[in-house]
Amino acid sequence: MYQAIVFLPLLGAILAGLIALFAARARFPGEAPPAGDDGTSPAHAHAHASHDHAHDHAAHGHDDHGHDDQGHGPVEPAAAGSRLVELITTTLLFVSMILSWIALVQVGFGGHDIRVPVMEWIVSGSLKIDWALRIDTLTAVMLVVVTSVSAVVHLYSIGYMAEDPYRPRFFGYLSVFTFFMLMLVTSDNLVQLFFGWEGVGLASYLLIGFWYHKPEANAAAIKAFVVNRVGDFGFALGIFALFAMTGAVDFDTVFAQAPSLSGKFIDFFGWHADALTLICLFLFMGAMGKSAQFLLHTWLPDAMEGPTPVSALIHAATMVTAGVFMVARLSPLFELAPNAQTFVTFIGATTAIFAATIGLVQNDIKRIVAYSTCSQLGYMFVAMGCGAYSVGMFHLFTHAFFKALLFLGSGSVIHAMHHEQDIRHMGGLRERIPFTYIVMIIGTLALTGFPLTAGYFSKDAIIEAAYVGKNPMALYAFVCTVAAALLTSFYSWRLIFKTFHGKPHDVKHWKEAHESPMVMLIPLGFLAVGSFVAGFPFKEVFAGHGVEHFFRESLTFAKTNTVLTDMHHIPLQIALLPTAMMVIGFVIAWHFYIRRPDIPVELARQHDFLYRFLLNKWYFDELYDLIFVRPAKWIGHELWKKGDGWLIDGFGPDGVSARVLDVTRNVVRLQTGYLYHYAFAMLIGAAAFITWFMFSAGVH
Amino acid sequence: MNWPVLSVVTFLPLLGALLIMLMTRGNSPLAKGTARWVAMWTTLVTFAISLVMVQKFDASSAEFQFAEKHDWLGVASYHMGVDGISLPFVILTTALMPICILASWTSIQKRVKEYMIAFLVLETLMIGTFSALDLVLFYLFFEGGLIPMFLIIGVWGGQRRVYASFKFFLYTLAGSVLMLLAIMAMYWQAGTTDIPTLLRYNFPAGLQTWAWLAFFASFAVKMPMWPVHTWLPDAHVEAPTAGSVILAAILLKMGGYGFLRFSLPMFPLASHDFTPLVYTMSVVAIIYTSLVALMQEDVKKLIAYSSVAHMGFVTMGIFAANQQGIAGAVFQMISHGIVSGALFLCVGVVYDRMHTREIAFYGGLVTRMPLYAMIFLVFTLANVGLPGTSGFVGEFLSLIGTFKTSVPVASLATIGVILSAAYALWLYRKMIFGTLKPALEGIKDIGLREAVIFAPLVILTILFGVAPKPVLDMSATSIAQLLDGYNKAIGVKTAATQSAPASGLEARIIPVSVAR
Repeated sequence: MYQAIVFLPLLGAILAGLIALFAARARFPGEAPPAGDDGTSPAHAHAHASHDHAHDHAAHGHDDHGHDDQGHGPVEPAAAGSRLVELITTTLLFVSMILSWIALVQVGFGGHDIRVPVMEWIVSGSLKIDWALRIDTLTAVMLVVVTSVSAVVHLYSIGYMAEDPYRPRFFGYLSVFTFFMLMLVTSDNLVQLFFGWEGVGLASYLLIGFWYHKPEANAAAIKAFVVNRVGDFGFALGIFALFAMTGAVDFDTVFAQAPSLSGKFIDFFGWHADALTLICLFLFMGAMGKSAQFLLHTWLPDAMEGPTPVSALIHAATMVTAGVFMVARLSPLFELAPNAQTFVTFIGATTAIFAATIGLVQNDIKRIVAYSTCSQLGYMFVAMGCGAYSVGMFHLFTHAFFKALLFLGSGSVIHAMHHEQDIRHMGGLRERIPFTYIVMIIGTLALTGFPLTAGYFSKDAIIEAAYVGKNPMALYAFVCTVAAALLTSFYSWRLIFKTFHGKPHDVKHWKEAHESPMVMLIPLGFLAVGSFVAGFPFKEVFAGHGVEHFFRESLTFAKTNTVLTDMHHIPLQIALLPTAMMVIGFVIAWHFYIRRPDIPVELARQHDFLYRFLLNKWYFDELYDLIFVRPAKWIGHELWKKGDGWLIDGFGPDGVSARVLDVTRNVVRLQTGYLYHYAFAMLIGAAAFITWFMFSAGVH
Repeated sequence: MNWPVLSVVTFLPLLGALLIMLMTRGNSPLAKGTARWVAMWTTLVTFAISLVMVQKFDASSAEFQFAEKHDWLGVASYHMGVDGISLPFVILTTALMPICILASWTSIQKRVKEYMIAFLVLETLMIGTFSALDLVLFYLFFEGGLIPMFLIIGVWGGQRRVYASFKFFLYTLAGSVLMLLAIMAMYWQAGTTDIPTLLRYNFPAGLQTWAWLAFFASFAVKMPMWPVHTWLPDAHVEAPTAGSVILAAILLKMGGYGFLRFSLPMFPLASHDFTPLVYTMSVVAIIYTSLVALMQEDVKKLIAYSSVAHMGFVTMGIFAANQQGIAGAVFQMISHGIVSGALFLCVGVVYDRMHTREIAFYGGLVTRMPLYAMIFLVFTLANVGLPGTSGFVGEFLSLIGTFKTSVPVASLATIGVILSAAYALWLYRKMIFGTLKPALEGIKDIGLREAVIFAPLVILTILFGVAPKPVLDMSATSIAQLLDGYNKAIGVKTAATQSAPASGLEARIIPVSVAR
């Protein structure tokens, strides 16, 4: 069954890939061997030559028309087999989803942890790495999240991508992403985790750059991959260090050895670092990249260049939460490295507030939701840093539903507005697309933590955990998360008000706006239900007294870690604080965007610098461009021209051959061709020789 | 074993070359065709016979297998044999040759006969290099390989082929002269040029240092290591496609093979002493050439520079001198042979159509060449070292091995992983993605012949990424034996000079001044 969950999406992806390739080949056939070149070209390919040629001509002529249409891409007929691919991949995903829910029941509530070995991967000396599926509660929760969101996103995409000519490719990418993500969450060792980790990075790269004719999409795709690689640099070093210290990379051995590592040190560029702290910091660097945390967050907003279903699946619900999952999975290590936990808390809290401030002023509907995602991931890391792993996982679980809902809802808005994403051009849409409006409200309520929605339980639990957390950054995290709750509420309602309320800013588009087809509305409905159901029923097992029984060995809590029990004994005013923040945020947003729409404009004008600072995302892109990208290019160019060209070649081969030429040129000059020159030289030589002979002989 | 399978594999290509020489006259279509088909069948049969060796090879033994020894020349003897370290390279050579012949099928139209002869002679010399068990024999094969390659670049190359081939020749010859001196010194010292005997011989420390440096000069040029790498980009740019493939896939590996066959086991003390030097050069190579690759405007140059960076991982892994490091280095070489060879073939595909290697000329190829785009993607990702492709396994193992001996070196080398993503994806985006350049409107996707070339390479890249075991197992025992001898030699020395060091991570030799 577990193999089926993981490998069915791969099967779908492969089939989709094949169909996509065949469809593309049918349109642009390959080169036939040059006809009658010399009679030796492989015979059976010969027959196709003339046929292929005619075919190509037709395709060629057709394409000239669509080509010059910049930005919107080539207008082409849908690839053959699109419908078939949609059906195959979506069906397989739904099967996988059903099996995952069964797995959650069996493993989480039934307690049947299992390890399914698949095959050996890398074996070298003492290093042994297997392909294996490790299914415990932590994995089962992720399985459910990944397959559920992926299945509904597949379904939704059938509607959303209906006009795209390259649907087979799109669904292939979606499915292959799901496969990598499942490999990631079921991994039994750090290297397989890394495989899934980089694999989802690849899928994300391909999907962000899905519309490859758009330069921004390509740039965003590369940026996402490279920034993630920066994180993976740390991840890889963490794996190396763990192997050097424990001689293994599989979780069971590493966790068993972890306690014996305390008190050991690694020298890292002169830093005599505590081994466990260093390892955890390295590994967390990977998590920072993948989960777009402060400093490595710059790729996530740009990733919104991809199609909206992709944003929902990858950049909201699943891939970006991989970092959170990783920290939870490695809880036995992090529990032993309090300094690393402090750092996790700090980064999480900073991200939560930082991303929220940027979200306040953005105008692109998807970017607002993206920064919101970034901020919510920060919340999850706060929980992880404070040692409340199950609480972080709870927020991951609920967030997957309501954030995917918000993204898909935004997609529905964009779909209705004919690919308009700027909320300044929207307004009044609630009458045109009422269903989308309602589900967006539900998503917003859950995100802002309205009582009884899913977000209410998980987010408040994180704030409570931060309040009772023991590490030095816990108080900072508490302040940040509470403040971010206010900002979250404000920007979420700002989005709703500017999009759905008020007067339409673009009447033409507003009139044409239409509700999305049923195939898109059903996923929205499903996620809207999930935004409620994922909360209360799961509260006990994630954040209550059932944690130990539910998660068992999949999460480790040190003996001194009492966060989960302490958080039930906090003062009432603290418990009510997040809800109060939510209300305040709502009221301010309502005042700003419904009652007095002139206030925000005025504010922006008065605090121009601050407004620009936030609008330009704290100038991180510009800063990184200045200190990383440009210097790297400059150094590369200098090394090439000066290092290779001038220094090495100049003094190496070119220099040597130039000197050789100089010498020969001078030698050549001696060869004048006149007999008397040679005779004269001979005479001089003979004279010198005789002189030398006589003198040396005379000495004796 | 009753027939000399190794000699057959080695000299069959030469026989094929002879056959072409005898059978064809002039440059008529018929002669061209004959030359091609003879070369094709020769390389295919050679490959098939080499697979017999794989099947009969006993991976649990570290001994030289399929050994043959005959008296020859008095001093030297004709001694051939393979172990777990050399066999993978032999197979890589025989496997890539048919692909190279097929890749030159239509793109080479002048002097086809001579071209095929050059390639077949080159194959004999390359296989001989990897399986020679006598220093003199090795030297002959090793240096002999220069000549056909020199001709391939010089005759069938591009615009600046003469400059490139001379640069190539100068560099490699300078290195090998020193190696010849070292070989003579070793003969005077040990009284034999028989490699298995020399492997057991303990050279005095002084000679080890000088001989190591002399061998290093030759192998470092071949690898190529920074700063003697500048011949490679020029040679690649000017070489015909198949020449680039052989250069990147096989000739570069001779350096790494030499380190494993000579430097490490014969001069362990010197290897140990010079490890910081090799580490420094490797790390500089990885970062320096990756940065340079970022700025290239010529596709082949970019891939050439990335080759230098990848070879940096190899030298680093070899001198990490532990199981993972060396296994990683060997695997990286095999994987790089497949991947870089395939990347050059990919360049060849568009070069054959458009006759330019300028990156800026291309763009939006995916809209016309979907299959090509997919194939190119697979190799780009393998070049980036994505897990699941063969590129990952070698890089990962060599890094994890190096980390055990030197944290700073491994950490700095890992930066290369970030940079490789940057340049490889940038190249892919520029060529494959974006809007279609008008000049490329009529470009055709790859045809049947090209598909046949790429299919095995794509399969191997993914297969070795998911199940690298066959290659790792093949070399594991030989590497273990090599390390055994190495560690004994080092242990003797350290015990004599300093009191016994503590084992494990605390005993790392960290003071590697990474001068950058």
